[in-house]
Amino acid sequence: MEDSNEIRSIRTDLSGAFVKIVGYVFIGAFSLACLLPFLLVLGTSFTAEASIKKYGFNFWPRDFSLLSYKIVFENPNLIIGSYLVTLGITVVGTALGLFLVAMTGYALQRPDFQYRNGISFFIYFTTLFTGGLVPFYLLITQYLSLKDSYLAVLLPGLLSPFLIIMMKSFVRSIPHAITESAKIDGAGDFTIFMRLILPMTTPALATIGLFIALGYWNEWYNAMLFLSPDVKYRPLQLFLYNVITSADFIRNSAASSNVTPRDVPLESMKMATAVVATGPVILFYPFVQRYFIKGITVGAVKG
Amino acid sequence: MAQLSQANPAPGAAIQAAPRNRLKQLRNNKTLLIMCLPAILFFIVFAYLPMPGLYLAFVKYNYTDGIFNSPFVGFDNFRFLVMTGDLWRLTFNTVVYNLAFILLGNVLQIVVAVFLNELRLKWFKKVSQTLMFLPHFISAVLIGLIAYNVLSYDYGLLNSILTSLGIDPVKTYSNGSIWPFIIVLTYLWQSTGYGSIVYFAAIMGLDNEIIEASEIDGANAFQRIRYIVLPWLKPTFIILLLFSLGGILRGNFGLFFNLVGANNTALYATTDIIETYVFRALMTNFNFSIGSAVSLYQSVFGFVVVLTANWLVKKFSPDNSLF
Repeated sequence: MEDSNEIRSIRTDLSGAFVKIVGYVFIGAFSLACLLPFLLVLGTSFTAEASIKKYGFNFWPRDFSLLSYKIVFENPNLIIGSYLVTLGITVVGTALGLFLVAMTGYALQRPDFQYRNGISFFIYFTTLFTGGLVPFYLLITQYLSLKDSYLAVLLPGLLSPFLIIMMKSFVRSIPHAITESAKIDGAGDFTIFMRLILPMTTPALATIGLFIALGYWNEWYNAMLFLSPDVKYRPLQLFLYNVITSADFIRNSAASSNVTPRDVPLESMKMATAVVATGPVILFYPFVQRYFIKGITVGAVKG
Repeated sequence: MAQLSQANPAPGAAIQAAPRNRLKQLRNNKTLLIMCLPAILFFIVFAYLPMPGLYLAFVKYNYTDGIFNSPFVGFDNFRFLVMTGDLWRLTFNTVVYNLAFILLGNVLQIVVAVFLNELRLKWFKKVSQTLMFLPHFISAVLIGLIAYNVLSYDYGLLNSILTSLGIDPVKTYSNGSIWPFIIVLTYLWQSTGYGSIVYFAAIMGLDNEIIEASEIDGANAFQRIRYIVLPWLKPTFIILLLFSLGGILRGNFGLFFNLVGANNTALYATTDIIETYVFRALMTNFNFSIGSAVSLYQSVFGFVVVLTANWLVKKFSPDNSLF
């Protein structure tokens, strides 16, 4: 009796240890695989161009050089302009979008709002059937005349059915009795939303706000579609896209620095620009990671 | 309401209260309606207004006549897409890529979540989770640059490694047959960590007593995973699978566009999806009608797929169905 129990517990221990070892190795390897490409970009950005041409991209710079960063910051007009544009779009878009998402989500979650199902479906339907890219492009450029306007980047990102649904799920956890008792005290719906609901949903607002902000920071698609080369200051990711895909763009943007066009370190400039454009997100995100986790778990529970 | 008035002992009071309530409700709804108005307006402008533009699919568009006055050509644009084989190729690529993303993605997410749950070192779990989420937070443009870092013929890491092993370097950007692997791997790299959260949260919801009971009964780690954890994840898996299947005709434009590049014709056969094709029709070829025809096909066919997927979800778990 005792013997067999012992054998069993040893076997349990063995299998548990095996699973743990495999788990540590697997998770560790996958985590490294997620980190290393970033180090590759970072390392290359500090590498002298001649060394890149000889040895290729590397995690650790063989010949350390700050030339690419020097060029980026010696001629800071473009990159600072890009930063300001992206920051501006992100701040305005997030504030406005968050307010609209929260307000809509709250109204649509009110059980006594008789049009809530109709409006919810009206919004949700846009994820099922779309007009596609060409009519959208013609709408923005010809009918709304927003070509080369930052509004073409800002406006389409304000609201999304996904975030409104997420807000609804968050609001659902607040008892309707709170709204009802405030109504008895004579508060209007908008006042209830502003004074009662918003303060009670700050974690939800943080989550949704971060989703919107990340979307704007990483936005490049609408910018690429609607901002022509005439626009001097492009959103960061479009700037990065131009740097990556066009050697001429790099040479032009380095024109006012002391480096002759032939000597502009094309490859390490790409990496340096990427580091400058992405750095803030990567430094910031470990602190707000939990909000993104919350968002996906709430959003996934029910649509 | 019905229940309330039934419970009310004085019928007169209920009759008096009803009209007042209804009036009050109307007034309430007015404010709530106004609160929804900006969103309604937003979706009318950015989502509904473009829809009639799909009429482009049935005309031969020219700029002077505009969308609605260009000559009507019926189904000619669709016939062209079928005859050139484009429609079939795009559908095939889009669907097969998505199937690979969905199936491999979910399986890998489950593996990550299950293993994470077995680990005991708190700091290790935290650090590894943070690292695995990292790729989700960067822009598609940077994904393209990272791929270039690895795959570039002249300087890429891959060829550095191959050369140092004495193997000939590969010309990745002109070799279409390896791109399905590159794209799927990149997708998995980017989305697995973040996607595993849903499964990890589901495992957290598993009652600890069940685990303890199984341990008393002598279940080892394999058996615990095989007979308790995985069956527990099955409903989440099926629902996520069905939801993703609803979007099987939607392509991840950012990923494909930034990995492959805007004009790399050598790779179209294996990497062209509906979104990239429509984008080129618009921005490179200025063929608005063909682009719209593909979009209309995508929307209609996609709509049918979503309805089917939702019907399946409803059958499987009514609580989770979308409508």
